[in-house]
Amino acid sequence: MSDSPRSPSAHSNGSHPKGASAKATQPGGREPGRLPASLRRNAPLVPVDSAGGRALAAVIAILTFLAALCAGGAELVATSSSQWRSDVAREVTIQVRPQTGRSIDADVDRAASLARQTPGIESAQAFTKAESERLLEPWLGTGLDFGDLPVPRLIVVKLQPDVKPDFGALRQALSAGVPGATLDDHALWASRLSTMANTIIGIGVVLVVLVLVAAGLAVTFATRGAMAGNREVVDVLHFVGANDDYIAREFQRRFFRLGLRGSAMGAGAALALTILLGALAGSWRASPAGDQIEALFGSFGIGWRGYGIVVFIALIVALITALVSRLTVRRFLNETG
Amino acid sequence: MKAFYDSDFDEGPAPTVHFENVGVRYGMGPEVLRDLTFSIEPHSFQFLTGPSGAGKTTLLRLILLSVRPTRGLVSLFGQDVSKISKAELTDLRRRMGVVFQDFRLLDHLTTYENVALPLRVQGKEEASYRAEVVELLRWVGLGDRMHVLPPVLSGGEKQRAAIARALIVRPELLLADEPTGNVDPSLARRLLRLFIELNRLGTSVVIATHDFSLMDQLNVRRLVLGDGQLHIDE
Repeated sequence: MSDSPRSPSAHSNGSHPKGASAKATQPGGREPGRLPASLRRNAPLVPVDSAGGRALAAVIAILTFLAALCAGGAELVATSSSQWRSDVAREVTIQVRPQTGRSIDADVDRAASLARQTPGIESAQAFTKAESERLLEPWLGTGLDFGDLPVPRLIVVKLQPDVKPDFGALRQALSAGVPGATLDDHALWASRLSTMANTIIGIGVVLVVLVLVAAGLAVTFATRGAMAGNREVVDVLHFVGANDDYIAREFQRRFFRLGLRGSAMGAGAALALTILLGALAGSWRASPAGDQIEALFGSFGIGWRGYGIVVFIALIVALITALVSRLTVRRFLNETG
Repeated sequence: MKAFYDSDFDEGPAPTVHFENVGVRYGMGPEVLRDLTFSIEPHSFQFLTGPSGAGKTTLLRLILLSVRPTRGLVSLFGQDVSKISKAELTDLRRRMGVVFQDFRLLDHLTTYENVALPLRVQGKEEASYRAEVVELLRWVGLGDRMHVLPPVLSGGEKQRAAIARALIVRPELLLADEPTGNVDPSLARRLLRLFIELNRLGTSVVIATHDFSLMDQLNVRRLVLGDGQLHIDE
């Protein structure tokens, strides 16, 4: 390669230098006029994909992983509690206590009959004496004679879906027709369950928000660092006619890619962990511990909605990264003039 | 004496650059430039000279608006720059080409990408300027170095890439800070001819240099800086 430029007069036809003929012979003797399809490598104007950029991607991956786990956990609790509440809300219980001078079997039959006559009731299943006594075994032990104890009897009443029976009328009918019968509509239990589930979901949402805020702050610091580290690049861009918005867009594009890469890694890891835990829970299902877990969390699967939430969080993190970097660059440029 | 390359536009457009009683100080220090009053006319050619540290680069930065005067009036292309918006500043800079003493090529971009940068930041499609950039690169002798990153270019090649980057937008005003400072005398003469041709095609050219052998090759106006003040040698 010759180190000297071609003399303008050697091939200029008197026009602007750029008007010089493309047919002019190159110093290397190569056939001119033929251009590669694309000379640009689409290289970013701001080189943020450095060690700092990779560290930011790792931080975003970790934060997304944590946010996705929080959101997945909240979704798991929401789904399970919804099932619990649905099950609890579809059942009420009638308790019949033994009354002196009355046949408890007749009272139970009468109460079950009154329940079945109430609109919105699907079925009323009375526990037998033996079944009722078996309910006491966990507390009183086995092998006892319950014959002398006034063991109350239970009637499990199932409700029709999407119908709320008139429990007030049923209570009145029970108190009039069956002394010692009480109706428990599980409202208190359902309310406590609902409060507990909502608290857990709320904590999950707060954690997700905190993690997103942390991601935003990490991006802010990283962007300011990148701006300071690329001060000369920014100056050159200004001198060649780039405006602040163009420079901010360049940073935003780079950070969006970094954010997308990091959040995809984090969300992917969270999804993989969820699937792994689901598989492990499935393999434990036959064991007592597995039964407990399944009773608490259902099948330990977050379902398609859960997967959608994790992907959504990954996208939100990437968008936050892009938006925060853009705002930070604009602010930095305004501060530094 | 009348500058050989000055055009004879006595009436017409406003001066490309006009300074009036301009002074610059950094912080609370003394004024590094004071009472600068001069104009750069359209289509004119001038050297800006003076000893090292006289303030040549600062004066160029004043014209580039990367340094603001602490007093006085600066107007570019007939526009008072004291209250211009950022958008107007960008528009003014797009009418100027600048060759920095240290080139300021972006090391992560190829020679081609560096030269195309002013067009790229204007949002132009690559297809619309590709041929033009390649042609200019060939014209300055970098036709087969266009895919190379600046760190592997020689000093002279960097110089020419920086010059090509300044020329690609067909600037109305070219500012070149020691553009021949890193090249041998033969190449310096060739680069000078390039600037002359550019000026002949309508661009106002300001070359900051302390290379008297270079200046002696042209009978043009000299803006001489010394002790913070400007003396014009017509």
